[in-house]
Amino acid sequence: MSTLVFAGAAQFAAVGYVASGLAWPGVILLTALLNARHLLYSAALAPWLRDTPRPRRVLMAHVLTDEAFALSIAHFERLGRTDERGYWIAAIGSTFIPWNLATFAGVTVGAQIPDPTRLGLDVVFPAAMIGLAVGLVTGRRELVAALGGAILGVVVSLAAGPGIGVIVGGLGGPLLGMAVPRGGGDRTVVLGTPRSAEGYAMPGSRFEPDAGHPALPPDSEEGLP
Amino acid sequence: MSIELVGLALLMGLVTYPSRALPMLAPGIERLPGAALEYLRLVGPAVLAALAIVNVTVIEDPSGQQFFHVGIEWLAIALCGALTAWRRNLFVGLIGGIALVAVARATGIAGFPI
Repeated sequence: MSTLVFAGAAQFAAVGYVASGLAWPGVILLTALLNARHLLYSAALAPWLRDTPRPRRVLMAHVLTDEAFALSIAHFERLGRTDERGYWIAAIGSTFIPWNLATFAGVTVGAQIPDPTRLGLDVVFPAAMIGLAVGLVTGRRELVAALGGAILGVVVSLAAGPGIGVIVGGLGGPLLGMAVPRGGGDRTVVLGTPRSAEGYAMPGSRFEPDAGHPALPPDSEEGLP
Repeated sequence: MSIELVGLALLMGLVTYPSRALPMLAPGIERLPGAALEYLRLVGPAVLAALAIVNVTVIEDPSGQQFFHVGIEWLAIALCGALTAWRRNLFVGLIGGIALVAVARATGIAGFPI
């Protein structure tokens, strides 16, 4: 299941559904609902991947997860350009392989592993997601989108369940963000240019265009998305 | 996993793949208007924040009923977010958040998740 479905939340939920005796169509429907947020991830990544050959995008889609999206979109925005190798590292190296190895370890030696909640490891996922969200907040619009998405997500989750709540938050947050006029602090440089890359760079680091991605003029309108 | 559950896993994979692939493979994505691209740019912070906050504030009991949860996990992700923003380093934020929860639970200040 970890290889074919490759979606942690849906897998955990499916185990519970099967154990409770829910019929297969119900399990499949709920899986589709839980994983519907991937539509948002895929749509947000699509402009960055427009020049990637379709066969590779077909493969990229299968390994698209919360973590792969978060790591790669933050990476692309920091660089100011698409880095397909970075996507594969995020999706395969940091998620697919560890997830499947950990699944195997859980099946074989799970009973001997101490309770991870004692070590606080149950907060790794939400902490990583908030940390990555913080990295994407570069102006008022992003901040309002994040806050709006979170509030909407919680309210709807309490009424209709977390699966729907996260989707509504992800759809509604950007609308709230777009309602905010751009402030003076917001940068309007074009994504994909060296100026945008410098803007997203970590302190002390510099965007270094390599041979495959020659530098564009500072005010060039070319670039992604 | 029994052999028949492999079939279930296959079907689950089949219903999951389209949501991952359809927007990424849709033709004409480069011709979207600027407002749509701006909307998509804001999806990242919105959905990641929603995932994180929902994960620590909404719990679901076995009957499917949702409850609002207040706990040390809130402080952990707030600390992680603050450290990440301050140090510009996610790893530092994660260590801070995890350490806070581990210490709070070890000392009995905070309870364990349901």
